[in-house]
Amino acid sequence: MSDLKSDVRANPQPRLLEVRKNVLKQNDLVARALRNEFRGRDTFVVSLVSSPGTGKTAFLENTLRLLRSQFRVAALVGDLATDNDAARLARSLAPVKQITTGTLCHLEAAMVQTALQDWDTGDLDFLFIENVGNLVCPSSYDLGEDLRLVLLSVTEGEDKPLKYPTIFNSADVAIITKMDLAEAVEFDEPAAMANIQAVRPGMQVLKISAKTGAGMAQYLEFLVQQRSERLSVSRK
Amino acid sequence: MHELSIAMSIVEMAQEEAQLRNVRVSAVHLKLGMLSGVVKDALLSSYGMACGGTVLEGSQLIIEEVPVEVFCAVCNVNRKLQSMQWFICPECGATTPTVVHGKEMEVTALEIQ
Repeated sequence: MSDLKSDVRANPQPRLLEVRKNVLKQNDLVARALRNEFRGRDTFVVSLVSSPGTGKTAFLENTLRLLRSQFRVAALVGDLATDNDAARLARSLAPVKQITTGTLCHLEAAMVQTALQDWDTGDLDFLFIENVGNLVCPSSYDLGEDLRLVLLSVTEGEDKPLKYPTIFNSADVAIITKMDLAEAVEFDEPAAMANIQAVRPGMQVLKISAKTGAGMAQYLEFLVQQRSERLSVSRK
Repeated sequence: MHELSIAMSIVEMAQEEAQLRNVRVSAVHLKLGMLSGVVKDALLSSYGMACGGTVLEGSQLIIEEVPVEVFCAVCNVNRKLQSMQWFICPECGATTPTVVHGKEMEVTALEIQ
């Protein structure tokens, strides 16, 4: 009996200590601080996620160019290695800043915070954040945005939403891009719509072509409306 | 592949607790939602790497996967989804946009010695 006791003392059994901590707590705290700051300044923040090659940059370039006449706009762009995207976006004449992520596959709230610290854009009506082209990793990270757009191009195949339900569930609105190519690639629009609704019932979907400009007016109207709704809520 | 940075956050968190309480952590329990965007196997292999050279070296990561649970407004109860590709109530077939569980990524307990 006494032997057993000393054995227990020599090899104490592990105890279970409850902790309950969100792994992404640090990111969420920074995101919350960013969101509060953006709201205090009446800046409406839109982030864009998609796979590489969906046409995020062309879409964003047009968005900036068209909104610039009436609103103060700027964009932060995450890119793995090059500054090609930032250079293209700069053609819109809106302030653009690049976040080079190296081999990191997604943006985190702290990267947005750091990028904003030494960037004097003045007061902004809209800030766009283009995430790294990736449909997996960005889904876990809140960037303090008001609206997250997930882009899907007609050339990618209608089953993308079924393959990446997580990102569609982390986004607010789906944008189907490159609609000008829909016919050439035999894009099955009803199938794509059904797949989006299957993984995210009720999700709003907008169709655009950055090349022809089709659907852009409707999309911009939607953004402006979302912004005024947000402002009226935060002023209450 | 962002599992390594997630694993490093877990190790950091456990390390803080271990230092605070002056204990040795032999295992970390994690709740991982199927909609968290993190792959269990990749996280497990990243964990070993993230522990290397820290006080957590040799510890185990024990993952409890949390299925996606949605609220069915027709049945007025929470239901477990049968397929991640089909957000409908498995009982009545109504569409279920409200996710109740499945996005978790939470350290729930530490085994300490």
